[in-house]
Amino acid sequence: MRHRQSGFGLGCTIFGILAILPLIPGPLQGPFAKHVLVMVLLFASMSQAWNLLGGYCGQVSFGHSVFFGIGAYGAGMAVVKYGLTPWPGALLGAIIASIVSLVISYPCFRLKGHYFAIATFAIVEIFNRLFMVWYWVGGALGLDYPIIEEGWRNFMWYETKTPYYYGAFALFVLVFSTARWIERHRIGYYMRAVRDGQEAAESLGVNSPQVKLTAMAISAFLAALCGAFFVQYNLRVDPPMVMSLDMSMRFVLITILGGLGTLWGPLLGAAVLIPLQEYTRAIWGGLGGGVDLIIFGLLIIVIVIRQPRGLMGFVSWVVGHRARARGRG
Amino acid sequence: MALLEVRGLTMKFGSLLANHDISFDVEEGSITGLIGPNGAGKTTLFNCISGAYKPTAGKVLFAGSDITGWPPYRVARLGAVRTFQVVRPLNDMSVFDNVLVGAFLRERDLTSALDVAECSLRFCHLEDYRDKLAGNLTIGLKKRLELARALATQPKLLMLDEVMAGLSGAELKEAMELLKEIKAQGVTLLVVEHVMEALMPIADKVVVLDGGVKIAEGPPREIVESERVIAAYLGEKFSRRLKELKT
Repeated sequence: MRHRQSGFGLGCTIFGILAILPLIPGPLQGPFAKHVLVMVLLFASMSQAWNLLGGYCGQVSFGHSVFFGIGAYGAGMAVVKYGLTPWPGALLGAIIASIVSLVISYPCFRLKGHYFAIATFAIVEIFNRLFMVWYWVGGALGLDYPIIEEGWRNFMWYETKTPYYYGAFALFVLVFSTARWIERHRIGYYMRAVRDGQEAAESLGVNSPQVKLTAMAISAFLAALCGAFFVQYNLRVDPPMVMSLDMSMRFVLITILGGLGTLWGPLLGAAVLIPLQEYTRAIWGGLGGGVDLIIFGLLIIVIVIRQPRGLMGFVSWVVGHRARARGRG
Repeated sequence: MALLEVRGLTMKFGSLLANHDISFDVEEGSITGLIGPNGAGKTTLFNCISGAYKPTAGKVLFAGSDITGWPPYRVARLGAVRTFQVVRPLNDMSVFDNVLVGAFLRERDLTSALDVAECSLRFCHLEDYRDKLAGNLTIGLKKRLELARALATQPKLLMLDEVMAGLSGAELKEAMELLKEIKAQGVTLLVVEHVMEALMPIADKVVVLDGGVKIAEGPPREIVESERVIAAYLGEKFSRRLKELKT
């Protein structure tokens, strides 16, 4: 089973490189570079969470910023309202996000294809408005963190970004390992079967509503954990920061750029788009918001036309090309 | 008790009567053929049995359970698995992974599912195409993939919807051999087929539909002699002439 084992060594190598990245002296040591690295890992994880449902299971959702937001509010509420550590809040947020995702998607999964995607658009708006006027969670003002002791217990640091990097790295390892596990188990094959042909899958005994709901719940759970990290990193949260179509679009675009339904696509996409976004914002920020989104858009157009399978498509093309060349030589 | 019992099955689409009061049995370990001219309601009947449609009236009993109106995946889990006339490969997955999806029905863990998939891939002579994307296969290979995938579920009853249509002479022979081997392994077969000469030598029993109604049932030898069947296939005029010729 050669083609099933391949990729394990690659995964360990990537994890290894990412683990020592902040220790390498040079340009990566600056606070801004660290910030970019943290964002790359966070958005790679988040896009992978989206990819589980959108890429592997073929259910394109524009509603994932809702689950991201619920996770963020879970951790935020625990710290700001209840004076706890963010950990129980993050876990509770993730569980609530899973439940909310099931309640939302149970009726939405009756809609096929594009109609599902359209329905998820509406959900972001609903939750955005809801949190804007919900006094208990801070309304439009959001939640601002108090100044408390830094460290892993409270998961916050004021002076350094290195622990945040390792926090994001842990999240990344968790999400990517989950994706890898799913990819190689029955549920992963069933998810792809539902994506490629629901009727054919059902004729082979696949309970497609159940498979889609499972994918949704796992995806929402992981998305919420990413949201919890996001709030701990920014030390504040308000509805437009997390629950916006803009945020949802990022998860979708990163995955499409990197390669839908591939294990390393989301990392590749994030590694390209996030530095682009952060640097354009830093350099051309004076031109007004949105320059990064213009470049995003252009890149996506080029990719979708030239290589619909995303950057991973280019990678496998190059690898295949070299293998063929070696085979001839 | 037969493995599959269809009782008074009726399927209406609006005012169109696609199946009317159809009853027949499929005995365990047999090959039962289901034939009829275009539009006779064969595929509709198939869809009613496999759960794609909910019949308007009548009952479908499989292995002693009333499966009428069950969703397709439950029917498949009980052991009645079908293929599609219009092939439905999982296009973006490899041939092997297509078969593997089928194998996962009975084998929960990857290792044993891999074995079963491997076995059924070889059985259908698809091992040369294992890493190809299913969407890139030729139609003949896609039909074989449908068969391999269904077999990998280790069914009790295999329902084949025109797997032999559009095959060349040599391919047809191969397919007939394959069906006989499947039967030899103890799998019951219900075969919808247009190609009469492919079905007649291997079927134990044939059910003939015309215009949504069952017009004949019996061993192939009797069926080819039956006046009603000849009339259905070749027209009343020819049937009458044939009778005159005989007398």
